[in-house]
Amino acid sequence: MIPSASTALEIAILVPLVGALLIVLTGKRPNLRETVTLVTAVALFGVVLRILWSLRREEVIEITLIEMMPGLSIAFHTEPLSILFALLASFLWIVTSVYSIGYMRGNNEQHQTRFYACFAIALSGAMGVAFAANLLTLFVFYEVLTLSTYPLVAHKGDEKAKQGARTYLGILLATSIGLFLPAIIWTYSVAGTLDFRPGGILEGRLSGGLATVLLLLFVLGVGKAAVMPVHRWLPAAMVAPTPVSALLHAVAVVKAGVFTITKIVIYIFGLDFLVEVPTERLLVYLVGFTIIAASTVALRQTNIKRMLAYSTISQLSYIVLAALVLAPLSEIGAAVHIVAHAFGKITLFFAAGAIYIASRKTEITQLSGIGRRMPWTMAAFAIGGLSMVGVPPTAGFVSKWYMIAGAFQNDNYFVLAVLVIATALNAAYFLPIVFRAFFDTEDEPPQKDHGEAPWPMVAALTTTAALVLLFFVFNGPVVDLEYGILKGPE
Amino acid sequence: MLPLIVVVPMLGAAVAALLPAGRLPWLWATAVSWFMLWAAAGLAAQAMDLGVLSYWMGGWAPPFGIEYRLDPANALLALLIALLAAVVLPYAGPSLASEVPERKTPYLYAALLLFLAGQMGISVTGDAFNVFVFLEISSLATYTLIGLGRDRRALTASFSYLIMGTVGATFFLIGVGLLYALTGTLNMADLAARIPAVAETRTVHTAFAFIVVGVCLKLALFPLHLWLPNAYTYAPSAVTALMAATATKVAIYVLVRFIYTVFGPAFAFGDMPTAHLLVPLAVIGLLSTSVVAIGQGDIKRMLAYSSVAQIGYMVLGIGMATALGLTAALLHVFNHALMKGALFLALGCIAYRLGTTQLAVFPGLGRRMPWTMAAFVAGGLSLIGVPLTVGFISKWHLVLAAIELGWWPIVAVIIVGSLLAIIYIWRVVEVAYLQPAEDPGRCEAPLALLVPTWILVGLNFWFGIDTRVTIGIAERAAAMLTVGLNGGAP
Repeated sequence: MIPSASTALEIAILVPLVGALLIVLTGKRPNLRETVTLVTAVALFGVVLRILWSLRREEVIEITLIEMMPGLSIAFHTEPLSILFALLASFLWIVTSVYSIGYMRGNNEQHQTRFYACFAIALSGAMGVAFAANLLTLFVFYEVLTLSTYPLVAHKGDEKAKQGARTYLGILLATSIGLFLPAIIWTYSVAGTLDFRPGGILEGRLSGGLATVLLLLFVLGVGKAAVMPVHRWLPAAMVAPTPVSALLHAVAVVKAGVFTITKIVIYIFGLDFLVEVPTERLLVYLVGFTIIAASTVALRQTNIKRMLAYSTISQLSYIVLAALVLAPLSEIGAAVHIVAHAFGKITLFFAAGAIYIASRKTEITQLSGIGRRMPWTMAAFAIGGLSMVGVPPTAGFVSKWYMIAGAFQNDNYFVLAVLVIATALNAAYFLPIVFRAFFDTEDEPPQKDHGEAPWPMVAALTTTAALVLLFFVFNGPVVDLEYGILKGPE
Repeated sequence: MLPLIVVVPMLGAAVAALLPAGRLPWLWATAVSWFMLWAAAGLAAQAMDLGVLSYWMGGWAPPFGIEYRLDPANALLALLIALLAAVVLPYAGPSLASEVPERKTPYLYAALLLFLAGQMGISVTGDAFNVFVFLEISSLATYTLIGLGRDRRALTASFSYLIMGTVGATFFLIGVGLLYALTGTLNMADLAARIPAVAETRTVHTAFAFIVVGVCLKLALFPLHLWLPNAYTYAPSAVTALMAATATKVAIYVLVRFIYTVFGPAFAFGDMPTAHLLVPLAVIGLLSTSVVAIGQGDIKRMLAYSSVAQIGYMVLGIGMATALGLTAALLHVFNHALMKGALFLALGCIAYRLGTTQLAVFPGLGRRMPWTMAAFVAGGLSLIGVPLTVGFISKWHLVLAAIELGWWPIVAVIIVGSLLAIIYIWRVVEVAYLQPAEDPGRCEAPLALLVPTWILVGLNFWFGIDTRVTIGIAERAAAMLTVGLNGGAP
């Protein structure tokens, strides 16, 4: 039985929640519990595919669950950007689940039921963010995502994990309640609505200077996008187990952040309106600074996961930057980079986790010669790294292409320069690791003779690495789909 | 029905005092509170249909006789008092049995019912002097109830509240006396009609000052709040929950009634510098007491300071002198009662099992008392103002009202207040969930305590999602109270 499209939309939010409940109920029996996780993940992906199918037939789906305040509802809809994010998150959840099973068992972690349950709730939050039809709904699920990932970050429960989780929650809640919420209420008081509409809802209602202030509130208020100076939660959250890092960096959390900003730029402000605002450039500078600064910091890291965290900060700002360039092609670039970065970064984190499980190594300097012991893992790491740099034949090249094309479209040479410098910096911190892993010899006799990590982990990371390569060739459907976001008001 | 809602608890108190010690007085008081809820719900529905309900005591027509008068503003309050009483009284039985000697039960429940009769009387009466009478009835009952706390410091807390409360009530009486001397009437509607003619006289100005200061003492507006933290900390748990949820709220209502109905907003905000007084005090109060709350070792005292801060939000809304600001204030009166009620009941569960609410007993409570702590977290999230809880609804309206006036610094203050709330709530959550317990034995509170607690928690979410009733009543009440502001007849 195939559910109708609008039912599918409701189901997409509910499936992970039901999954979480079942996970808690089957917590005593690990095999059953993990089967539930996998089945839920696959079911969710199926439901999202069903929604994609109806979107391609140009059916308009919109459902209103409840009117929370007069004129303000919890409502969901579909548009190209949301379906992309939902597809990405639900698909990567399957891969991450396979990987988690290997990682959590290989590492004998405590509280695994709590882990899988919170993971499922976080996915429900991500689906809500993806399909939100207005800013209020988006905000509600954005906070669900924040709160449900807190136990995941604090998973280990020791002093260091507590510290990291405190920073994580503190920054995300403080920015969302302190900046994002006032920005939403301000938007509502100016526009009288919070609906995402093609062409935006703010045009002609706000002067240029105030619009810039509002946009700044949004860009910094959506702390999940990690634009400096609200980026500190990301390195702090590195205390979490690796599957959680994958969730944060690739599947849901940071992607929800940049997705939100892109959506606000396109559907709340509207490109036509923002192009008329000269001071919007200041934000482009801020984001450009984040890209360069975060890449420079990444260059100096010795811990693999911390380096990857700073790399994420700079890559996220690519997306925000592309959104803020306001050229049609750069918006496509932003959407495509959400996918490209997700595939690349999840591969890198999976590889880092596999290295840790197999050899207990966490520092870059320890990686000499590891490529010969873990050829699959390090090959995947190399592919992920190349995608971050943006070299063909990887996914990162596709998105960078559209971003650069967009910068030319608007004659924005500052953005062009930022992209070029950042590419050089990216190469400077990824390539030496690959070189060290494959061409250096192990300097000391290893304490432990090890091979590859457990097979579910290797399977997961090879899959995502393959996706990075495949996306280079088969990106047509995604790009075509995203051209839909450029449709003006009907 | 209108007089019965006051008369039944008052006579019920006399009956309770005559009952034998044991469970009987508790069962009787619970039955009375449920009757009050049934009556209040019916009355509120009628008041919403008809606009105003009026009852003449002894058949004497106002302004000569005493009039009971119910409009949307006090219907909301009556409903709130009855609702909280009906939930807290079933809880009070087991909770108070562990804190107060059994031989005192008849007087204890007599005092509780007198307290409720007084609160209800204040909210339904349309007579200024009658307000004073009921204020004294409920205050005297409160002094007794606080004094019953098991800590000996409860006696000094009760005594200092007695002094402050009496000063407040006397100020109020002086104000009412001056008004009577000038206008010869005590009926509120009649006063409202006669005051404009004499608004220029110094007597009216003096009366206004006495009444406002007197009521502010009762509602614990900073810096007149010093009695509150001790009173809340040392009173028995159930009493604290009931007082925090209703007593200060009723005082807020009296302030609203006198400012907006009796004196009229034109006089209060035009001729008198009310806004210049209330707004700064509210701001300083809400920031300073939130900071003080962070440093408290006793969680009950921490929540008491938080209550003073939340009163700041309500007074802020009143001081805005707009329909939206007043809506926000009235909403927060209702919503804050739900969240603080839930939080204090959760603390009562902890006190029931562990005998104290010091932070020192919290490590590991997340596992030892999972349901109680989950209730505490839910109440805390509501206090912070996370979406889907009532706290979010209040904060949304308050920020919207501040933006409407263009009071940007106030927007910042409201936000900073929420951020401080995150700090003091999360401090507790972290200790309870992430610090290991010394004695890991499970000691969940009995169902008799958990069920009422969770009813309030559920209401926090219910009224956070379905806001038709609360916003509906609050908007109508605010529209009615602020007619004078929009140029209409007061």
